[in-house]
Amino acid sequence: MKCFCVRTVAACGVLLAVTVDQLGAADWPQFRGHPGASAEDVSAPPTAWGDGKNIAWTAELEGRGVSSPIVIGDRVFLTSCTGPEQERLHVICFDIRTGRRVWERQFWATGSTSCHPKTCVAAPTPATDGRRIFAFYSSNDLACLDREGRLLWFRGLTYDFPQARISLGMASSPVVTDETVVVQVEADTDAFAMGLDVDTGATRWKLDRHRRANWCSPIVWERDATAERLVVLQASNGVWVVRPRTGDLIARYDEGASTISSSSAFGHLLLVPSNGLTALKLPQSGSELETVWRQNRLRPTTCSPLVYKDHVYVISGSILKCADPRTGRIRWQLRLRGPFSSSPVAAGGYLYVFNEDGVGFVVELGPRGRIVSQNPMNETILATPALIDGGLLIRSDRHLWKIASKPQ
Amino acid sequence: MRYHQTFVLLLSSIVVSSLTVGTGLPTRASSRDASIGKWIDAIRAVGHQGAGHEAAQKALQNLHRCGPDALVPILKGIRGANPLAANWLLNAFEVIADREVRGGRGLPADELERFLLDRDNAPRARRIAFEWLAKVDPSVIDRLIPGMLLDPSPEFRRDAVARLMADADRLRGQDQLDRAVALYRKALTGATDQKQVEALVKRLKELGQKVDLQRHFGFIVDWQIIGPFDNTDRKGFAAVYPPEKEVNLRASYPGKLGPVRWVPIHTDDPYGIVNIAKSVAPYKGAVMYLTAEFVSRESRPVEFRLGTPNAVKVWLNGKLLFAREEYHRGMFLDQFRVPAQLQAGRNRILIKLCQNEQTEPWAQRYEFQFRVCDPSGLAVLSAERDGAASSP
Repeated sequence: MKCFCVRTVAACGVLLAVTVDQLGAADWPQFRGHPGASAEDVSAPPTAWGDGKNIAWTAELEGRGVSSPIVIGDRVFLTSCTGPEQERLHVICFDIRTGRRVWERQFWATGSTSCHPKTCVAAPTPATDGRRIFAFYSSNDLACLDREGRLLWFRGLTYDFPQARISLGMASSPVVTDETVVVQVEADTDAFAMGLDVDTGATRWKLDRHRRANWCSPIVWERDATAERLVVLQASNGVWVVRPRTGDLIARYDEGASTISSSSAFGHLLLVPSNGLTALKLPQSGSELETVWRQNRLRPTTCSPLVYKDHVYVISGSILKCADPRTGRIRWQLRLRGPFSSSPVAAGGYLYVFNEDGVGFVVELGPRGRIVSQNPMNETILATPALIDGGLLIRSDRHLWKIASKPQ
Repeated sequence: MRYHQTFVLLLSSIVVSSLTVGTGLPTRASSRDASIGKWIDAIRAVGHQGAGHEAAQKALQNLHRCGPDALVPILKGIRGANPLAANWLLNAFEVIADREVRGGRGLPADELERFLLDRDNAPRARRIAFEWLAKVDPSVIDRLIPGMLLDPSPEFRRDAVARLMADADRLRGQDQLDRAVALYRKALTGATDQKQVEALVKRLKELGQKVDLQRHFGFIVDWQIIGPFDNTDRKGFAAVYPPEKEVNLRASYPGKLGPVRWVPIHTDDPYGIVNIAKSVAPYKGAVMYLTAEFVSRESRPVEFRLGTPNAVKVWLNGKLLFAREEYHRGMFLDQFRVPAQLQAGRNRILIKLCQNEQTEPWAQRYEFQFRVCDPSGLAVLSAERDGAASSP
C-alpha cells in the first residue's frame, strides 16, 4: 500500500494527499481491493477455519446484499437492502475488532428496485477515498457519507435519467480516484458513465455509452511512465480508457468484452475478459489499445481475473487457471467446485475463493496450485471477500464474518 | 414524558448548537424554529443532477448539529419533498436521533407518536418515526400496529397483515376454522405485498375459500387487441402506427401480415397476465396494441403498474405516460410504476407491446400484466367492472 500513497501524493500534490492518506495497507477501499485490482501483499489469513476456529466474529445481517465489505482503519462498511421491494438502502459501519455495529444509516431508493431473485439492490460494492464512503445501489442511488454516517450528498441517477435501469438489476461498483467517483450505469435503454466531484456530487463529466445491459465495474489503471491514473470502462463492445477528472477518452478497444467479469491491471498491461482473456497496452500513438496477447482458454465466467505476484488467475466454470500475465501462457490449472459468483483474492501465497454454496477454498500458490482446505460456511455466498492484514471479511446471505486467527 | 425529562439536556443542546451554527449567537426558540425551517427548505430545493447541493450541504451540516427539537420538523419536511431531498432529510433525522439514543437522552416520544398517527404526513416518514420510537419503546408495536391494516403506508399494512395472519394461524391450529377464515379475509383487505397475498390465498384455499386475485390487485383482464404491425430490426417501437393516432375499434388497418382489426382478448390468469404468444400467436418482430376503458367516479391520482419482458409504451387519454425499449430482462409484478391522473368518467388506456426477433428460448415471451391501484398499491377498480362494490 505504501506505493499507492507515495506515488499518488507525488503525482497529485498536497490536496489529494489529504484525501487519500488515511488509506493504509490493511484497508480495502473498493470492489476487489486496491485500485487496479493488483493488490499489495498482506499477511495471509488463516488457511482453515470453522467450528469456532479462526472465526474472530460474525455479525448478523438483515435484508439482502451481495456487495462486498470495504475497510478503512478500524471500520468496516457494508451495504444492504431491506423491505419487501428492497426499497430501503442501508449503509452499516462495524468495528473491525469486535463486529459491533457502530452506526447504520438508510435511504429510500429513488430508482428501480426490480431485480432477478439471485441478486438484489445492494449489489454494487461501495468505495472510499479514506474520508468518504460512496454507497451505490442497483437503483443507481449514490450516497456519499463521512466516516461517522453523516450524509455529504446524495444523487439519484435513475431519478435523473429514468431509462437508466435494467429489470434484472444492476451491479457495477464505483471507483474513486483524482477526487472523482466514477460510475457506469449501462442498460439497454440508456447507458452512460459519469464522473462526480467527491466533494459536492456535481457531475464532472458524463459519457454516453453503448446501450446494452452491463454489470461489470470500472477499474483504475495507473499509467506506467507518468503514474497518471486512468479509468477503464468495459462493456459488451469493448473498452474505453478515460481520464477520471475530465472523462477524456485516451484509448479504446472495440473487439468486445464481458459484461460481467471485469478487467484487471498488470503494470502497463490491461487484462480484459475479451475473447477469452486479452492483454492490452496503451499505444505509443493513436487511440487504439494495442493487443499484446490473447488466450481464449482463459475465459472468466463470472469472477474477475486476479493479478497476484506476477501471475494472473482466472476461474472458468469450476477450473482455476494460473497464467503468465506477460504472455498468456497457462502454467497450471486446478479443479475446484463451483459455481462461483465471488471473485478470488490472494495474500501471503494463498488464494481464497468462495463458491455459491458458501464453501471457502484455500489454494496454495506456487509452481502448481494445491487445495489446502475447503471451509463450508453453510450459507450462500455471492460476494467477493475483503482482505485485511492476516484476515478476511466475507459476507454471506445472513452474516458478515471475520476470518482471522486472533482478535485484531 | 420523556421529552420533558430531558428538557435540561435539550436546552443545553440547543444553546450549544446555536453557538455553532448560523450567526453563532444564542437564539430564541422562535428564531431557531425559523432557522430549522430555512435549512429544511434549502434541502427541499435539491433537484436533478446535483442542483442545489451547495446550499443543501450547508443546511444539512446545520441540521446534523441540532437537538431533538428538530426531529419532527425534519420528518414533516419530507411530505411533498422530491425523492432526493427526502433522503437528505432522512439522514438529518437519523444522525440526530442516533446521537440522542446513544447518548441515553431518549426521543420526543409523544411528538413522534402524534406525527406517525397523522395519516396526512408522508407515509415513509411516519414509518421512520415509528421505527425509532420502537427502539426506545417497543410497546408501540403492539399498541399501534393492529390499527394500521388499511394505512396509507404499505409497510404498516404489511406488519398489520402479518399479525392477523399469525392470529388466524393460531385459531386454525385450535380448529376454529370459521374465525380463522374471517381473520385471513380481513388480513387480505390490507395486503398488497405479493408474498403475503400468496400466503393468505394458500391458506384460504386450504380452507375451501376462493380468492379473486385479479380483483384483489386490480388487474385489467379484458382488452381489445390489434396487430401485428412491423417491428423488424426493432424499428416498430418508434414507428407511429394508426392506433396511436386514433383508437377506433371498428377500423381496419394494413398490418405486417395483412389487414388487422381490433378483437377482444380476455385473460383468466390470476395475476392478469395477457400471454400474446399463446393466446394470439408467437409473433416475432411485431407490434401489438391493446386498449381498455377505465371508468372512474372521480378525477383522482392512481398508479398504473405493469410487468412485461417486452418493449412497451402506455398512453392515457391520448397522452404518452411511459415508454421503455427493453427486451427480455425479466417480468415481475409491479415491475414498472407509472403515476397517472384519471379523469372522472371514461378513460382510454392504450398499450403498445413490441416483440423483437431474438431466437434464444428465453427470448420468446410476449406478454404483460397491468393493474390500476392507489399509490400505496391497493387496487382501484373501474366503476364499470361487474360487482365492483363486492370484496375479493
